[in-house]
Amino acid sequence: MRETPLSNCERQFLVQAIAEKKRLDGRQTYDYRNIKITFGTDYGCCIVDLGKTRVLAQISCELVAPKMNRPTEGILFFNLELSQMASPAFEPGRQSELVVKLNRLLERCLRNSKCIDTESLCVVSGEKVWQIRVDLHLLNHDGNIMDAASIAAITALCHFRRPDVSIQGEDVTVYTPEERDPIPLSIHHMPIFVSFSFFQQGTFLLVDPSEREERVMDGLLVIAMNKHREICTIQSSGGIMLLKDQVLRCSKIASVKVTEISELIQKALENDKKVRKEGGKFGFAESMPNQRITAYKMEVAPVDTGDIGKKAEDLISNTEPPSEFIPSPVVCAPGTGQIGEGLQNSWGLDEKEDGEEAEDQTIEEELQTMDVKVKSVNKEDPIVLSDSEEEDVVILEPKIMKKEVKVQARSTAASKKKKKKKPAH
Amino acid sequence: MAGLELLSDQGYRVDGRKPTELRKIQARMGVFAQADGSAYIEQGNTKALAVVYGPHEVRGSRSKCLHDRAVLNCQYSMATFSTAERKRRPHGDRKSSEMTLHLKQTFEAAILTQLYPRSQIDIYVQILQADGGNYSACVNAATLAVVDAGIPLRDYVCACSAGFVEDTPLVDLSHVEESSGGTQLSLALLPKAEHLALVEMDARLHQDHLEGLMDAATRACKDLHAVLDRVVREHLQEVSTQLGE
Repeated sequence: MRETPLSNCERQFLVQAIAEKKRLDGRQTYDYRNIKITFGTDYGCCIVDLGKTRVLAQISCELVAPKMNRPTEGILFFNLELSQMASPAFEPGRQSELVVKLNRLLERCLRNSKCIDTESLCVVSGEKVWQIRVDLHLLNHDGNIMDAASIAAITALCHFRRPDVSIQGEDVTVYTPEERDPIPLSIHHMPIFVSFSFFQQGTFLLVDPSEREERVMDGLLVIAMNKHREICTIQSSGGIMLLKDQVLRCSKIASVKVTEISELIQKALENDKKVRKEGGKFGFAESMPNQRITAYKMEVAPVDTGDIGKKAEDLISNTEPPSEFIPSPVVCAPGTGQIGEGLQNSWGLDEKEDGEEAEDQTIEEELQTMDVKVKSVNKEDPIVLSDSEEEDVVILEPKIMKKEVKVQARSTAASKKKKKKKPAH
Repeated sequence: MAGLELLSDQGYRVDGRKPTELRKIQARMGVFAQADGSAYIEQGNTKALAVVYGPHEVRGSRSKCLHDRAVLNCQYSMATFSTAERKRRPHGDRKSSEMTLHLKQTFEAAILTQLYPRSQIDIYVQILQADGGNYSACVNAATLAVVDAGIPLRDYVCACSAGFVEDTPLVDLSHVEESSGGTQLSLALLPKAEHLALVEMDARLHQDHLEGLMDAATRACKDLHAVLDRVVREHLQEVSTQLGE
């Protein structure tokens, strides 16, 4: 099914908020969401959470014949799938542009940058090499699939252990994990993607866009770097036009972010190694926090309440006190009364019934403050808005109207109020 | 490939060029009578053909139609005889789809699509001989074809590839230089304001070298712009003399 279109108001709201340097989730322009990495019981399986975006990576290997033009190198195969549970917009079957784009980016980055030593994957030159298959599944789409996928892929590759192989003359023996410990892959460096989204023809820039921000962005620039400050891939997409300094600035921001994320990945890998060695419990079931399945719990988001007292005082002092609103009664014709400043009634009824109509109109304004006593003094004559062409109506008993407006109960069903006219004698 | 020096000691490349030298460019516009716009370009040994149809009514699904802009439909394909080994799939595989997306993105930035709401512009590019710089040749050919079709553009779109060998940026890479596995940067530029419609880079490059590489590619694109401009003006002169103006 098609995803729900974004309304114009929401779009304008988002763009304006970004123009004022505010993001929906309260992050700063260059902030990443919370990254959480968990490993499964098998080697080479991991789930990465980037905010709410979730990607699962699984590495597997098998012995195959090598490619004709590269007989001494192993084969790397990447596959990113957008599963239907990630977003209602992803339909089964047809490969959309997004899938092609993401897959190609991953391939180009992880294969061309030679982060994995493919020569070490060779078993018998020209006959048998290891084929490493990286399968990524997007489990939940909340923006920035590329970054999450790259973190998942590289973490899983670092975590993976392949079976040990020994060659004696012509015989090749592949040992099972029980016979000999499996050995890790040799990884030269860890390229990580950082996404920058541009708004308003390149005026505003955000790092790690969420799904809403992605919908309103003009274009995207993706930079893959490793912690040695080597750029592995740059790709701009969307119909925007960039300037050279924008690209250079983004690369500087990316190097900072990549260092942070690399540290995070290292820590996660070490933690997992430690737990496995000590014989503790590991795997997905253990790393999910204890939650009741039937409850939806949001993470506690830190809110800065440091100077809230001061802020509140500032706000209060800056605003004016609500004015004592004593409206002079506005009537449509002499002899009638009206509660509330209604619009000129457009029902086309007689003016006589104005009083009743006015009563039925919901009156929010003055009745905010309950018990507004409206007293008209003798000197203030009611303002007559009548456009009646009758002659001036002469009231035999000039009444000075003193109105007491009481609001009994503000119920939405019917706002009834009693209007008491106490003629002053 | 062992023993193949991409940059000799005297500063010459494999095909005898200097590092900042472009390959020989020859281009023709108006090659097909039937299409609205067409162009053929030869950059060294890379030959590309581009054809433009439009703007016309949106064909196929009505849902693709945009109410305020024209829809751009691009297709990139390589002839099966274009590479050293016969290609089995001319288009539809991942690499070609990616190139198609990039072409579309580049021209969406350059063509004034706001002038043709609810219509479609088709750009088809075919590589007849691939010797490196496929994307650049496509973009240059497509620019000429769009100019030939009379569709308004913000500026010429000039594309060039650049690589980095031994601390020297090499411009306009050939197939040999591309397949050596070094850094490759493809840039699509609108020369006057130096706006980058597309930036694409592969393989490792240290961050400090990025600026130098981008500068070299930008200069090469500007040189290319001069060549394309001359081609367009010559073509116009030829056409106007034939029309007897």
